[in-house]
Order: sequence, then structure tokens, then C-alpha cells
Amino acid sequence: MSRKIVQGVPMPGWPMRAFKGLVLLVFCAVVIIPFVGVISTSVAPNKQINESGGLVLLPKSINFAAYESLFAGGVVTRALFVSIFVTIVGTLLSLTVSCLLAYALARPGFVAGRPILLVVLFSMLFSPGIIPLYLTVKGVGLLDSIWALIVPTMISAFNVVVLRAFFMNLPNEITESARIDGAGELKTFSYIVLPLSKAVLSVIGLFYAVAYWNAFFSALLYLNDSRLWPLQLVLRTYVINDTQLGSAELGTELLPPQASIQMAILVVSIVPILVIYPFLQRHFAKGVLTGAVKG
Amino acid sequence: MLQRSAKHPQQRLSLGRRLLRDRVLLLFALPGVALIVAFHYVPLLGNVIAFKDYQPFLGIGGSDWSGWANFSVIFNGDPAFLRALKNTLILTSLQSIFVFPAPILLALLLNSLFSERIKRIAQSILYLPHFMSWVIVVALFQQMLGGSGLLNNYLRSHDLSTIDIIGNSELFHVLLTSQIIWKDTGWATILFLAALSQIDSQLYEAASVDGASRMKQLWHVTLPGLRGIIILLFILRLGDSLTVGFEQIILQQQAVGRDVSEVLDTYVYNNGVLGGAWGVAAAVGLVKGIVGVVLVLTANKVAHIFGEQGVYQK
Repeated sequence: MSRKIVQGVPMPGWPMRAFKGLVLLVFCAVVIIPFVGVISTSVAPNKQINESGGLVLLPKSINFAAYESLFAGGVVTRALFVSIFVTIVGTLLSLTVSCLLAYALARPGFVAGRPILLVVLFSMLFSPGIIPLYLTVKGVGLLDSIWALIVPTMISAFNVVVLRAFFMNLPNEITESARIDGAGELKTFSYIVLPLSKAVLSVIGLFYAVAYWNAFFSALLYLNDSRLWPLQLVLRTYVINDTQLGSAELGTELLPPQASIQMAILVVSIVPILVIYPFLQRHFAKGVLTGAVKG
Repeated sequence: MLQRSAKHPQQRLSLGRRLLRDRVLLLFALPGVALIVAFHYVPLLGNVIAFKDYQPFLGIGGSDWSGWANFSVIFNGDPAFLRALKNTLILTSLQSIFVFPAPILLALLLNSLFSERIKRIAQSILYLPHFMSWVIVVALFQQMLGGSGLLNNYLRSHDLSTIDIIGNSELFHVLLTSQIIWKDTGWATILFLAALSQIDSQLYEAASVDGASRMKQLWHVTLPGLRGIIILLFILRLGDSLTVGFEQIILQQQAVGRDVSEVLDTYVYNNGVLGGAWGVAAAVGLVKGIVGVVLVLTANKVAHIFGEQGVYQK
């Protein structure tokens, strides 16, 4: 037997390996093809879209007319600004609040550590329910405010637990020596702990950012005013429910076919995630597993 | 100066002095705790409207008590409620049977690859759909399988009969299940892959020396190594079994009608927020929440009885 040995298992013969490769290829294609189709259709020429009857997999030429009409200052432009604002401001607030809480919980001997940790952990066991949550948000006067998209979901107990586990794994000597040098909690936190936690901060930041960018339920529940709609609600109205986008909504006379406008809206909501995804991907396993192991 | 040390929590200090010493940490924790209390615990109190004839203009305090009247839809088996319950149970069974094992199988496949590079590339691709919103996933499925989607255009251009998948009420439960599989199977492999990498490779060597075939190794080494994480995730899944996907369903409800698409969460939303039957909706939501907590606690207990760790320690 001259086969390669890995984990004490002989490498399987070529039919098995070819079969596995094929299965994996099919899975990956099923994931990728929808994205390719949507991006291609958004830039494909009108004639090709009409001939194909809808979706185009390979555009014959590329034009950005659909995007020009989206960014002309109408409904979609405004929704884009709402989504960008909510994502950036929300993520910064979420990270700040979660890190501060996680840091306090990670400090040994913190007087209120035990009860606060229980409050955090216990909140993961149940969800408050749609109606009471709606009434609470209404009660604090957040209905029809952009802050309704940020404040109720600002902190995730799971993310706090992951951050706490990470902070607890930092070597004690470093923070101790900072304290001996006279650094207070705030200085230790911002000059020692945060710079050492870039990996976990980027993963947790990504989780928060994706949640804000994708938020649909809170917008549907709390916002009646369509001027405050984030991208996801616009996407629902004009792509899934197929409401026509006219020049009044787009703010331009230039009107490409609906199919390419719809696909362009989809691309605009997908691309930001595609752009940050590769940078953060290598930290995924680490970020998720710290929580799983020490949770 | 009040010093602290990890090894000696200094029990001698009085509570007041310890609070004073930790005032900065308390300040650090305050905003986070306040948010969790305000949007996780305070809403629990709002459940009292399940026992009230809630009128928005009177407020919670001003509305009259109505006893168990709001719960009559549950106890007397109101048809609309039963319909929502039935769809929820069908969907949750489909999810337990098809969605739950999918990432385990995919993780086994990824784990058995010999090329690290192919494995990494496949992972990057398969994790991606998890980060897409439900709006995007539903839109992508429409573009692929809808009346003028890729599949049907292909069939039409080859003079074959088209298949009505989106908007077909008979296939709706299958469609929902396959959307979840498409979105989350890849991402869910992370935990299983981590557990697989923890299995001692000496176990495989020993098994293969003893003449165990690949199938036997899978059965006697790999699967026992995954048992803890599978049980843990199944308990969590059980606690969520009445939650079958609000966003995903509400997005597609219009197209197929409520007979097949109404589930408990959409029932609460449609009757309460949209329909104004606040008390009834809150009552259904409350019972659903309680059942969820009871399911987790029970499943956890059962896991303990079988000697597993479960979600939390005894």
C-alpha cells in the first residue's frame, strides 16, 4: 500500500474522491449561481434581458444605467442613507456597550459580576414576544424614529458572552502590570485590552453590522413612515412584491427596464457584505468558538 | 488606596466599600445592563395585557382586566389559531428532519477532504448565504425559481412545461425548508467542524490498526465525538421549535395565502399589530414563549439523565 496516510486513514480511491468533489461542486454552484445571475442582470443590456425573459447569467455588454437611476436621489438613495447610518452608528454603539459590559464581567472579583452575568445569560433563554416588545418600544417613544432600528437590538447577550470569554483569556500579567503603573480601568480597557482584541472585535463587529444592515423585522414593526425605510423594506416592496418603480420614486426621467433596476437594488444590498466578508472570514472560527468553549 | 487581587477577593471589605472600589466597572456595565433589562425583561411585564381587554388609547394601566378571556382562542380551539399551530408543527418537523442533520453531513464531507485549500475555498463559498437577509434570500429564490426565473426561462426556451414553485401553496412548506437549508447549512458546519478537529487522531489510528473500515470508523469514532455538540444543538433547537421563521414567512405570505403560511408568530403579528386584537395576540405569544422555555428545560433535564452536559450545568 503506497497510499498517503492521513489520520491513520488510507486515502480513498479515485471514484470516491471524484464523487465527493462533484457533490461539493454542485453545492457551491447552487450557492454562487443566484449571485452571478443577479449581478449580471443588473448590468446587462436591455435587449438581452428582454430576450431571456428575466435573468441573464452572462451579460453581452455592461452598462450601469440601472445604478444611475437608483442613485439619482429617489426612494432607493434615501433608503441607502438610512441603512448606512443605522449600520455604522449602530455597530459603533453596540461594540462600545457590549465591550464595556464584557470587560466589567471579565474582571475577577467584580462586586456585581455574578448577578449581572446571570441577568445576561438568563435573557438568552427566552424572547420577550412580539406584542410586548412593540408596546415597550412604543412606550419609550421610539415608534417611527430611526432609533427604533438601533436601540432595541443594540446589545446581544450572546456577543457579550463571547467578548467576555475572550477578555478572560488575555494574560492577567499584562493588565496587572498596567494597573501597577497606575492605569485606571478606563485606561487599561482602551489602551491594553481593546488593542489586544482586534480579532474578536472585528468578528463581533461584523455580526452586529450584518444584523443592522439586514434588519427587516424591526423596520416593518416600528416604522410606518416610508421616508425612514431602510434598504431591506425598499427591497421587499419593489423587488419581492414587484411594485413598479416609476420616475416619481426614482427622481429621474431616465428609466431602464424594471428587471435591471430590481436586480441593481438587490446588488446594492448584497455588495457591502461581499466587500467586508473576505477580510473578516479568517477570524470566524476563532470568534464563534471562543463563545462556544468558554460560554 | 483600595487594591484588588485575583486570588484574594478580599471578602473582608464591606459591600459598600467594594461598590465604591468598583464604581468605574459598575459604570461600564450600566448601559449594557440597562438595555438588556429594558428590551428583554421589561417587555415581560407587558405580557399582562394577555389578561386585559387592552385598548391602546387607555394604556396598559387603564384597560380593564378580562381574566382568561383572551386565552379562549387556544382553549376553545379557534380555527385560525389551530391553522397557525398546525403549520408551525409541520414546519418545525420538516426543519428537525431535514435542516438539522444537513450541516452534520456537510461537515463530515468537508472534514473528509484531503486538500486543505479546496476545503477552505468551499467553506468561504458555503458560509456566505448566512450573511444575507431573508429579504435577499427570498428575492434570490424568486429570481431562480419564480415564473420568470432562471429555471422556468430555461424550460420555456427548450419547449418544456414550466414548474410553478414560488406562489404554489402545495409546495410552500418544502420551499421554506429548502430556503433555510440554502441559507444556513454552510454556516452551521462551523461548530461541527470544530468538534471534528477535537477528535484525537490516535483513535483513528487505533481503529484502523484494528482493521476498522472507513464506515466503521465513522460510526465508532467520528459520530461519538460529535455526540455532545449534536445533543447541545438539538436542545437549543427544541426550545425554538415553535419559532419557525417570522421574516421568511411574512415576506411570502401574500403570494400563497394564510392557509398554508400562517404560523404562530405571524398569527400574533397579523392579529395584534395589524388587526388590533392586542390581548388575544399577546396571550398566544405568551403561551408560545412559556412552552419554549419549558421545552428547553425539559430537554436539558433529559440530557442530564443520559449523562450529557446539555446547555448548562445542574
